Amino acid sequence: MPRFAPPAVPSCGRPHCSFALAAVLAAGAWPAAAEEVSPAVLAAEQRRIETIRRASETAVAIFAGEAGGGSGVLVSPDGYALTNFHVVQPAGIAMQCGLADGRLYDAVLVGLDPTGDVALVKLLGRDDFPWAELADSDEVQVGDFCFAAGNPFLLATDLKPSISAGIVSGVRRYQFPAGTILEYTDCLQVDAAINPGNSGGGLFDAQGRVIGVNGRASFEKRGRVNVGVGYAISANQLRHFLGMLRGGRLVDHATLGATVATSADGLVVVSDILESSDAWKRGLRYDDEIVALAGRPVRTVNAFKNVLGTLPAGWRVPLIYRRGGRREEILVRLAGVHTAAELARIVAGQPRDQPDKQQRPAPGDGPPGRTPPGEPSAGDDRDRALPAAVKPLYEQRRGYANHHFNVVERDRVARLLAGEGQRAAAGGRWTFSGRLATGEAFRIELSDNEGSIDLPTGTTRVDATGELDANPSPPGSGGMLAALLVWRRLLREGPAAVGRTGYWGTAPLDPAAWRDGPNPPLGDVLESAVAGVEAFVTIDGTGAVRHVELWTSPENDPCEIRFGPPADDLPRGVPTSLEVRHGNTLFGIFRIERASVSDRADTLETPRDGVRADGDRGPPGGGG
Amino acid sequence: MNPDARAALRPWRARSAVMVATAWCALAVGGAVHGTPQETIATAARKVVKIHGAGGVRGLEAYQTGILVSAQGHILTVMSTVLDADEIDCVLDDGRRYRGTVVGVDPSRELALLQIDGEELPAFALEATEPVAVGTRVLALSNLFGVAIGDERVSAQHGVVAALVPLDARRGAYEVPYRGNVYLLDCTTSNPGAPGGALVDFSGRLVGLLGKELRAAETGVWLNYAVPTGELAASYAAIRSGTAAMAAPVPAAQTAGFDPATLGVVLVPDLLDRTPPFIETILPDSPAARAGLRPDDLVIAVGGMTVASRAAVQRALATIAAGDPVRLSVVRSGAIFECDLGPRPEPRRNR
Repeated sequence: MPRFAPPAVPSCGRPHCSFALAAVLAAGAWPAAAEEVSPAVLAAEQRRIETIRRASETAVAIFAGEAGGGSGVLVSPDGYALTNFHVVQPAGIAMQCGLADGRLYDAVLVGLDPTGDVALVKLLGRDDFPWAELADSDEVQVGDFCFAAGNPFLLATDLKPSISAGIVSGVRRYQFPAGTILEYTDCLQVDAAINPGNSGGGLFDAQGRVIGVNGRASFEKRGRVNVGVGYAISANQLRHFLGMLRGGRLVDHATLGATVATSADGLVVVSDILESSDAWKRGLRYDDEIVALAGRPVRTVNAFKNVLGTLPAGWRVPLIYRRGGRREEILVRLAGVHTAAELARIVAGQPRDQPDKQQRPAPGDGPPGRTPPGEPSAGDDRDRALPAAVKPLYEQRRGYANHHFNVVERDRVARLLAGEGQRAAAGGRWTFSGRLATGEAFRIELSDNEGSIDLPTGTTRVDATGELDANPSPPGSGGMLAALLVWRRLLREGPAAVGRTGYWGTAPLDPAAWRDGPNPPLGDVLESAVAGVEAFVTIDGTGAVRHVELWTSPENDPCEIRFGPPADDLPRGVPTSLEVRHGNTLFGIFRIERASVSDRADTLETPRDGVRADGDRGPPGGGG
Repeated sequence: MNPDARAALRPWRARSAVMVATAWCALAVGGAVHGTPQETIATAARKVVKIHGAGGVRGLEAYQTGILVSAQGHILTVMSTVLDADEIDCVLDDGRRYRGTVVGVDPSRELALLQIDGEELPAFALEATEPVAVGTRVLALSNLFGVAIGDERVSAQHGVVAALVPLDARRGAYEVPYRGNVYLLDCTTSNPGAPGGALVDFSGRLVGLLGKELRAAETGVWLNYAVPTGELAASYAAIRSGTAAMAAPVPAAQTAGFDPATLGVVLVPDLLDRTPPFIETILPDSPAARAGLRPDDLVIAVGGMTVASRAAVQRALATIAAGDPVRLSVVRSGAIFECDLGPRPEPRRNR
């Protein structure tokens, strides 16, 4: 022991170690030592080296000029990269990003999530970028190996990322926001070194998948360097917001419209609730005990905030509560934390509350006075004209980080809707008939001029050429005919031609899927403002519409129509059933037995353009 | 380092390099000998307690960590102001909450023993075992930064035992009484709330207890260290037999003051009960002279804390650790001036 005693203080300064290693290698001691190691271990080490090499290729070094910079991680071959809001905020719309291949790429801002401290950018110039897969971060365990690839202290002047390895120290951590933004909920805690400049970079698991995006660290009296405590936004939270970010939106996080507190006997109970909130309308009241939210059990206030913080505003999630021993389950639509104006102010960088001193983000803030390579030290970025490569990819619009990408996503969904499956339903007059769950017959007719429904209680008609908000027919449905008419127009005319239709993002396809776990499958959502009504239309990966919600006024509950699966004996795109709800009541379940899409001029082969040329009315609001 | 010493270290370095490589892979493969690191952490964390007590002011945290050392609810932790509370809240891994009472303290090792009213609790075995070898891979489990609340699990960090050496440390300007061996670690365990946390090896065996936040007496560097299990066992026995307090040395004493003249400030002679701290002279070429202090300035604050007398100035300066910045606020002609004197010089050590 004395012979090999290490120095009294672990002073393994780098020059020393490398000198010693070089000496050892020169003396041939290394191979001899290596032979003692089991082949399995050496093989594992080779795998690890390979994993880190692959992950390094996906690491993005972001330079924001004088304002500093940070890191990012590529998550798609066409160049979409995740990073932190606080990294790109100083950079503005256009930035330059370096990859480990040593090249600089132009990049454009796509979407922003200031509350969750996330941003999406798109690197330009290739469609074969190396990219990393998002893992299921709920599977991550404390003790798992992990590593960060990023640009700490903006060291990556050769654009190759620094790697810091460690273990997952904690999961489902909650880190308080700065004011109302930069809140880290349900985040991963790691002892891999997360330093200023690592912000926005990927946190990878042993397979090289992204389990999170590094964003902040606990700092205290040691100065702004890592103290073995870093935090990463979980991949599952990122996945919830990724659709909205791809849609160029300025997204918001969710609030229930109710606050919770720990009761004297340790339960999580509703301590305050807004009577205007959806939770109140669905039946939640003061002192109700919260049991579960969005498929996850809630036993502490922290757990409640953790679940809520991972959810986008606008989603509907199941909430289970207990009152007087009775367990109730409701679907609650989540409201936003901010108003649109507040978000716009935050993004513009106007004054806000100071971040908590002890738990502040590890921002994109390199050491002052350093100018990264390739970044002209220009004056005010906002005044500077956008680079030629970026200019056509940016469109300013209120409520969006970059509206250009909303059009991109809307058009993608339009192609999905117009796929083989949907074109068959392009005929002018759509007729569905069948039976209600009660056994009685119904018949629905939809055309450009009119929507009508025959029910046992009578027939109702809606003029399809006028405003749709005045007549939420049939009575009690909240606007079922209007919802079906908007659905039909979206299919026939395409989203771009129906009022103001934009890409909203992604949302769970089916509320029932929450019962299988906290990460239900997501579908694309279009939002349409047309003829005085607003509709959300959810579309699955096959292009099938799964869900339509229609508001005749913002104050009222929407009419919700859940579409059943298609069937071979029905025209394509026509569901086997329509489940219609309004507020807390089920209006009816319509089982479609026969359907026809017929019209004098329309044939199955008629292209949509042909249909419109044939005398169809243009949308009242014009294209969006 | 002379060439002979370097040569002697070479084999050790080579071995440790291989060891580290092996260890990383073991982590990746999932630990062949014992359970996986994930299982080891989960099992050990059940024996770690989040402690909430007094504090929350002036940079003193109101939380720390403890470890269960008996099935009847004995909890070993560090002696600190957190325990100066009527209600010491002890939260177990599963979120169960107990009120802890202080059984006794061991001032010489700055350890304290609490007890909660529990039964059949999972606990670490406290055995007077041989120290683990330098290079042993370890896991540190602690309530660092108080990030784990209720049933949330304490944080886990990984590292290597870098050395087993006598502790030579101070807290502010105060030397710490314990001078026995500690494990120095290569990971940052010296964080708020971490003291009292468990250091375990990869089989989950207790290696030591994370110590209080201290700096090396010689260099001022924050120390990441743990008190070995053998010392813990001795402390536990001494506290339970009631001999710990008697064996205690004189409570950690202030080092022999600090002479403001080291900064170039000569105060008026301390003649009254509360002599107003006027500056008598400023030594040339001193930090005070460079900071622009002048004779007849009245010192009203040291580091932002008000001082009402010459003795208070002396005391306040003595609590600033060497190397930390000194800021004096003075009144001159009715206006207040703030003067930064740079880092406090090393104290004169009399050992």
